[in-house]
Amino acid sequence: MTPSIPNSLPNRNRRKWLINSACLATTGLIGLTRKASATGGKLRVGMTPAFLHDQHRLLDEWREFMAASLQRPIEFVFRDSYRETMDLLRLEKLDFAWICDYPYLHLKQEVRLLAVPLYQERPYYRSYLIVRKDNTQFKSMADLSGSVFAYADPYSNTGYLAPRYHIRNLGHDPASFFRKTFFTWSHRKVVEAVASGLAQGGAVDSYIRDTLVHVEPELALRTRVIWRSPEYGFPPFVSHRSVAASDFQLMQKHLLEMSATEKGRSLLTRLNLDGFTIGNQSLYEGVARMMRAFGEA
Amino acid sequence: MRWLFNLSFRRKIPLWTSFLISLSIFVVGAALMTRAYEDMKRAVVISASNLGHTLANTVAPALLHDDVWRAFEIVRSPIGGEPAQTPVQVDAVVVLARDHTVFVSSDPDTLPTLAEPPALGVDWVRLSTRLGAESNWPLVLEPDDSDYLYLALPIIDRDAQLGHLVLRYSKSVFHPWFIDSLWHGVEIGLLVLAVLIPINWYWGRRMATPLVDLAQRMGTILETVPAPLPPDLYPYEDELGQLFQAYDRMALALRDKAALENEMVKSERLAAIGQLTAGIAHEINNPLAGLITVVDTLKLQRDLDPRTLRQLELIDRGLMQIRDTVAALLVQTRVQARPLNQHDLEDVHTLIQTQVSKRRVRLEWSAAMPAELPAPASLVRQILINLLLNAVQAAAEGGRVSLWLGRKDGAESSLSMVVRNDGTLLGDEQLAHLFEPFASTRAGGHGLGLWVTYQIVTQLEGRISARNIDGQVEFLVNLPLGEMPCSTASA
Repeated sequence: MTPSIPNSLPNRNRRKWLINSACLATTGLIGLTRKASATGGKLRVGMTPAFLHDQHRLLDEWREFMAASLQRPIEFVFRDSYRETMDLLRLEKLDFAWICDYPYLHLKQEVRLLAVPLYQERPYYRSYLIVRKDNTQFKSMADLSGSVFAYADPYSNTGYLAPRYHIRNLGHDPASFFRKTFFTWSHRKVVEAVASGLAQGGAVDSYIRDTLVHVEPELALRTRVIWRSPEYGFPPFVSHRSVAASDFQLMQKHLLEMSATEKGRSLLTRLNLDGFTIGNQSLYEGVARMMRAFGEA
Repeated sequence: MRWLFNLSFRRKIPLWTSFLISLSIFVVGAALMTRAYEDMKRAVVISASNLGHTLANTVAPALLHDDVWRAFEIVRSPIGGEPAQTPVQVDAVVVLARDHTVFVSSDPDTLPTLAEPPALGVDWVRLSTRLGAESNWPLVLEPDDSDYLYLALPIIDRDAQLGHLVLRYSKSVFHPWFIDSLWHGVEIGLLVLAVLIPINWYWGRRMATPLVDLAQRMGTILETVPAPLPPDLYPYEDELGQLFQAYDRMALALRDKAALENEMVKSERLAAIGQLTAGIAHEINNPLAGLITVVDTLKLQRDLDPRTLRQLELIDRGLMQIRDTVAALLVQTRVQARPLNQHDLEDVHTLIQTQVSKRRVRLEWSAAMPAELPAPASLVRQILINLLLNAVQAAAEGGRVSLWLGRKDGAESSLSMVVRNDGTLLGDEQLAHLFEPFASTRAGGHGLGLWVTYQIVTQLEGRISARNIDGQVEFLVNLPLGEMPCSTASA
């Protein structure tokens, strides 16, 4: 999963060439940065397990739609864990990324908030605590003490941070509250782990679990939600700080106007989203508070 | 049980062979099925250990990093959505940690993570005990009272043992599969039987039918003279065929014996009759000669009145008739030894010509002989005249009579005479008594012609026989030739 170095070289060369040509042209554009891309270079967008990132056909259509809308080649980059996408962002292998709110706060220095998806008309979501539907003995987090528990990802808010914060608020140590915990590296697989009985409980993104109820009801409905967390800001789209202002605006405009076109609406419907909003830092105050509680920020 | 062995071959052969075919199919089938069951178990173990090695290697990093989900995805991969349908399909895959608790299993419902062996049942306790002591991998465990077969392998990363991988196979799948195979076997067996049994019945009957036929013939051999076997009854050269040939030879010998006995009885009877008649004739001849002399003497007396004379002549004629009859009965073959020559035959031809013309019979004459033959001419003439006149009388009006005379098949030592006529064929009763005196059925005959002929032939040590052949009556005489007979045999 290490970034491939040979692939990066042409980019660096091109970047140098672009810088040189831009300087020679002395256009003096404000947006001129190290990643000048006014000439129409490829934009790389990181996709994380923050949503149902294995719907490849849907994502292909979205990529084509995005490329057509931006008049730019677009590459979607998929990684199996949040950590890997974060690393790619840090290494500037990505221009944009759809990441979870928790990594966003980790990467605050490297990225800028681009847009926040609207889920059920609002830029919020929650963490769900789920158990097997036929398992009626579990009614709250306290009942799951000493059980096997499935987390989504160590950099997931709803799949890791929020449930641990909840346990902590209940007066327990999240590290020893469960007999055993493991990561599934995807929210969908948390649902699967709980549905199959591998874990007695799991923490999952409310957006993904609710979407699964529509997309894969036979899987999702084998689980039951026993606790809902407070609302947190929805996983945002971010851009690397090095992305040219023009590209930033271009992408932001594309996302914000997506709901205005028929194709865009159709894609949003299939993503179970309503559109995008600009959003702001205050949406993520709840996550920041939890991180502070664990001494992470 | 004995009745089974008493059955006819017609049933016994097909029954026995059918039984043996069925038994062979059953035994071979059972052996194959047992073998198939063992093979299947071996196939399960081989397939399990291949799968086990692959899974153990793949799952090692996940176990090393305590990645339950990755391990779960790995152990779940060989499990189909449906319950196992074939014996080689694994029922459950379990990764046991070092302490033999479940790290992960493909079926978390019954084999949950962190479960300890006692919680999983007695099989797992046994397995756990064996795992600690085992050094010969893979470990195959098949408890008799269990529905499962287990195969275990260690999970090793470099030289560190991280835990064990256990594959569980459902034996309950073995049995339906085995039963299924068994039914297939039975179906094929029945199919083979359906083909073989009719062939076997056909072959058995084919062999038994001639045998049964032979047995029936043998059963009646004492009561009747056996008829020859139909040639197509069993036209092969095997032991059965040899038996039939032997039977045929025996039947032929029996027929010949019967004919010979018949002939002997006939000759003896005729000889007895000959002796009797000769005796009577002598007894009559002596007083007869006296009577004739007396009558002759009386007739010479002068003073006889005509009435007495007439009566004397009446007595004389009667006595003459008696003498003639007795003379005919007393066949005399005492002759001069003149050999037979061509003229004798010509004489015979001439002598019978009157009768031939009268009856408008066509006479076919075929006499091939040298100028002279060492046979008594007068006796041969008498035989020929008797037989030919008989034939002419017996032939239909305008019918046909034939004579063949010569040496049959070039036999130098005998003379054959064959006389045939196309008249009414002889009945069995007639044939039996043909050569007896007064046996004639023909009006006008005194019934002594054939008797005389028979006596002559017999006294010449020849043979005479009569038969119906090709719609004709045939008399065949064979006379031995040789030194000019000078026998003076008389009855």
